[in-house]
Amino acid sequence: MSKGNLTRRGVLKTGAVAGAGLALPTYLSAAGHEGFTNAPTGSTVTLGFNVPQSGPYADEGADELRAYELAVEHLNGEGDGGMLNTFSSKVLDGTGILGKKVEYVTGDTQTKSDAARASAKSMIEKDGAVMITGGSSSGVAVAVQALCQEAGVIFMAGLTHSNDTTGKDKRANGFRHFFNSYMSGAALAPVLAANYGTDRKAYHLTADYNWGYTTEEAVKSSTEAMGWETVGSVLTPLTQTDFSSYITPVLQSDADVLVLNHYGGNMVNSLTNAVQFGLRDRIVNGKQFEIVVPLYSRLMAKGAGANVKGIFGSTNWHWSLQDEGSKAFVQSFGTKYGFPPSQAAHTCYVQALLYADAVQRAGSFAPCAVVEALEGFEFDGMGNGKTLYRAEDHQCFKDVLVVKGKENPSSEFDLLEIVEVTPVEQVTYAPDHPQVAGGSLGTCNNGA
Amino acid sequence: MDAIILQILNGLDKGSAYALIALGLTLIFGTLGVVNFAHGALFMIGAFCAVTLSRLLSLSHKVEVPGAVDFLGNPQTRDVPYIYDIFGESLGAGIIDWAVPLSILFAIPVMILIGVIMERGLIKHFYKRPHADQILVTFGLAIVLQEVIKYYYGANPIPTPAPSAFVGSFDFGALVGFEPGTIIYPYWRLVYFAFAALIIGAVFAFLQFTTFGMVVRAGMADRETVGLLGINIDKRFTIMFGLAAAVAGLAGVMYTPINSPNYHMGMDFLVLSFVVVVVGGMGSLPGAVLAGFLLGILESFASMREVIDIIPGINQVIIYLVAIIILLTRPRGLMGRKGVMED
Repeated sequence: MSKGNLTRRGVLKTGAVAGAGLALPTYLSAAGHEGFTNAPTGSTVTLGFNVPQSGPYADEGADELRAYELAVEHLNGEGDGGMLNTFSSKVLDGTGILGKKVEYVTGDTQTKSDAARASAKSMIEKDGAVMITGGSSSGVAVAVQALCQEAGVIFMAGLTHSNDTTGKDKRANGFRHFFNSYMSGAALAPVLAANYGTDRKAYHLTADYNWGYTTEEAVKSSTEAMGWETVGSVLTPLTQTDFSSYITPVLQSDADVLVLNHYGGNMVNSLTNAVQFGLRDRIVNGKQFEIVVPLYSRLMAKGAGANVKGIFGSTNWHWSLQDEGSKAFVQSFGTKYGFPPSQAAHTCYVQALLYADAVQRAGSFAPCAVVEALEGFEFDGMGNGKTLYRAEDHQCFKDVLVVKGKENPSSEFDLLEIVEVTPVEQVTYAPDHPQVAGGSLGTCNNGA
Repeated sequence: MDAIILQILNGLDKGSAYALIALGLTLIFGTLGVVNFAHGALFMIGAFCAVTLSRLLSLSHKVEVPGAVDFLGNPQTRDVPYIYDIFGESLGAGIIDWAVPLSILFAIPVMILIGVIMERGLIKHFYKRPHADQILVTFGLAIVLQEVIKYYYGANPIPTPAPSAFVGSFDFGALVGFEPGTIIYPYWRLVYFAFAALIIGAVFAFLQFTTFGMVVRAGMADRETVGLLGINIDKRFTIMFGLAAAVAGLAGVMYTPINSPNYHMGMDFLVLSFVVVVVGGMGSLPGAVLAGFLLGILESFASMREVIDIIPGINQVIIYLVAIIILLTRPRGLMGRKGVMED
């Protein structure tokens, strides 16, 4: 090669091709050991915690991260062991997972599907995460679950409540411990009928996105089955902050119940606005007007302040539960951080332990082995009574809590009181139930 | 009929917030020629002035509750605000209850100071730069400000209720001869509307009837000539920036009981307020107020189920639809000066 051929452009081109050529085998080799993506080779294993660290759910994400850090401590034999002491499976012994010390990396989902996918991808490709977990939105869960399926890693969903996560968007590599819209409807309806009667007219305000639709459908069908009539439903933009113009039509309708299918900031604002407009002081059709919030979260209840008092909703778990598992977790979390955990923290902590346990039982980190170990797995001692990870859709079936905003809270965390623990049988549905129908798990993917 | 009255009331109240923010925005554009994307952040900071004062007033020490235990089994404590120790429990509780209105006094100097620092420290360096640069730097500033607030106050909304005297709603229907209970409106929203009208009136009076205002208006019309007359117009414009910041801040303070403030609330309002300014006419103060109320009312009507049933999704696009129509048919806005945005 003569000196004259060495142009700047030529060097750049060659460099780019060589770089790409070198990078490709690195990526493949990272995925190639032992026949599955990111097989841990050293004395450690890396888990990827993908939680909202910025954006409107950052506080919930922070609580999820606290729970994961606690889970890692317990898996590595530090701290008081938390729920490992009450978990019905006893294969985890505090020496990490399969003898490998648990390490973790974190990503920021920003509660945006594209950002969440990018952070999960980075944790898989750059950090070698063998499992991705966390999140605070169904849109994110569905997006990251699909990515993990393609990449050949396990996805243990965090807080995601839409039916679709384990319904039409389910994937073989994805698992959800959190409950869903159907379960909320099924648990809430009997309590609502018992407290407010069966002759009620409901008006729904629903957040205009996937979770809103499935929740409205679930609550509508469960309450209509109890004899309620749905007199109106309006979709509200996700970006809406002032709901007054959506609330005033409720005053004009003959509805005597308002169902707010809202979460997060939407829920805080719509509930606050509804209470401001005096809905709860109204008598309509000879009955006291009532408001229902299908999905409650303590963090959101805090945002709505005194407005949540007396309002029914459902939740996956609450720190005031008195079973041994919940008590152990609350003790452990409370001692470390000084306040009780949220339901998001609980589901994330449990998911981390369930994954570790499945690997330990399977004797392998290979996703397909983990899937096999989790499918149809029955366990107890994790705070919701006897629980089944159903093989058909990778959804956990367990008791669901119906809660009510507390009239006289004793602290800023004591905002909800448990009204009823709805038994698992009442919230179980067939895998081909119309509300979750469609989609298929497909086959598990080991990647590589 | 009662539905229409209710939606007009709703629109007026929503429009008050739009008008107050847009008023400041257009004031800054009209005086300094800067498109200030950080204006929403000033509204948000105003709201957090109320949160801060309410937290300062509620600063507490812990007192053990005899016989009670917390969730970890330790002795239960309850918070007793220091203000109770100073003024006694009933007066102390009354002061905390009135934290939001009291925050007005706290917010005015804070907001003027923030506005002046913002203008002198950053924005003045961008006067001669293209609008794209101004938008980028002020948008960046807005993000920085909201992240700072999030760092200290968290991402969750913080409930900041109105004084208990204003909780509840007013039966407007019964007053004007409709069936009782059909047109009810929260007291605080009526207060907000009255407050907005007062502030808007005060700003107009200030510009219209004071010498300072006259000079500023002259500067808005022809900056160069006013400068040639030996008047330091820059200094006056800086003060106007501080004033605009205070107006946005007060809008934020009074808004806190309507919706619990969070770090993102400024951004939620910013885009809408820009549309208001564009519809009203860039730099036109009456235009901003008129468009604020107009768009607030239109948005309210578009949210009615009867309207959504006819045109699905209209509630989500109405404001932008109006903006497109205005930009296509009358680019200078409803009351904009001839030539602005038309070259």
